[in-house]
Amino acid sequence: MAEHHRATNYWAVWIWLAVLTILEVGVTLIPELATLYKAILLTALAVGKALLVALYFMHLRFETRTLGAIVLTPFVICVFLVFMLMPDVGFEMRESPIRAEHVESDH
Amino acid sequence: MSEAVAMHEESYETPLTPESWGKLGMWVFLVGDAMSFGTLLAAYGAMRYSSADWPIPEDILGVALSGFMTFLLICSSVTMVKGLEAAQRNDVDGFLRFIGLTVFGGVVFLGLQAYEWSHFIHGGLGFAANPWGSPLFGTTFYVITGFHGMHVTGGVIYLACIWFKGRNGAYCGENASHVEIAGLYWHFVDLVWIMVFTFIYLL
Repeated sequence: MAEHHRATNYWAVWIWLAVLTILEVGVTLIPELATLYKAILLTALAVGKALLVALYFMHLRFETRTLGAIVLTPFVICVFLVFMLMPDVGFEMRESPIRAEHVESDH
Repeated sequence: MSEAVAMHEESYETPLTPESWGKLGMWVFLVGDAMSFGTLLAAYGAMRYSSADWPIPEDILGVALSGFMTFLLICSSVTMVKGLEAAQRNDVDGFLRFIGLTVFGGVVFLGLQAYEWSHFIHGGLGFAANPWGSPLFGTTFYVITGFHGMHVTGGVIYLACIWFKGRNGAYCGENASHVEIAGLYWHFVDLVWIMVFTFIYLL
């Protein structure tokens, strides 16, 4: 296992992380990019960066598969959480008359 | 007899039996911590999605400073793995130099965050006050970046202890797993900031 660690070129990972960060800022500068596409692009870039950190800096790539499965669990649960909340908070409240009234009274 | 003992011990080996129990302990802690941050970010998303007057974060927060802070944490992650590498090959000077740089990066990050927060507070963004729209934006912003900032503070103290106790080479060579465990925590803090930067500052 120790041989694998030494084989990792940490400076290359660092350059990749910096490039992906620049790309992320670049995405926000694209004029009139639809929010959905912006969200998909930024999430993909962030997940890519997080994977680089976890796999190489935290050496997860060289750990057992069981540990990998444990580490993956909270991320799966969080994605699930987001999509479980979405129908409740988004689609209903956007259309709700109570919501519209509330917004009007604010101004 | 010794064979029986060996067999007995072997039967307790599971796929999770690690080289270092401290490392597994840190991973389990980080998995729980990831859930805390995940829940906070999911709650942020839910509040933003259900709010009619959520501001565009970029207009208030700006990207230049937080982008630089992201770059700073990425750099401190590299110095962290380089410090671990030095510790593993018994290079005490390299270990002290790289871990020292990592601590320095963390301290500069905290200084920039303090500057950023005071800048926003003077601009009127409070814990429950936001001149640009929903006050929940202020609440979620300060809770999430504050929770992360406390993790950075903890990491700076943790690494400063590792640096100080390891200045005679106590954590070099075969004891380098102490550095590796501290590194796991530090990289996790970097990983969380990558998510915070994307979902709070950029999106």
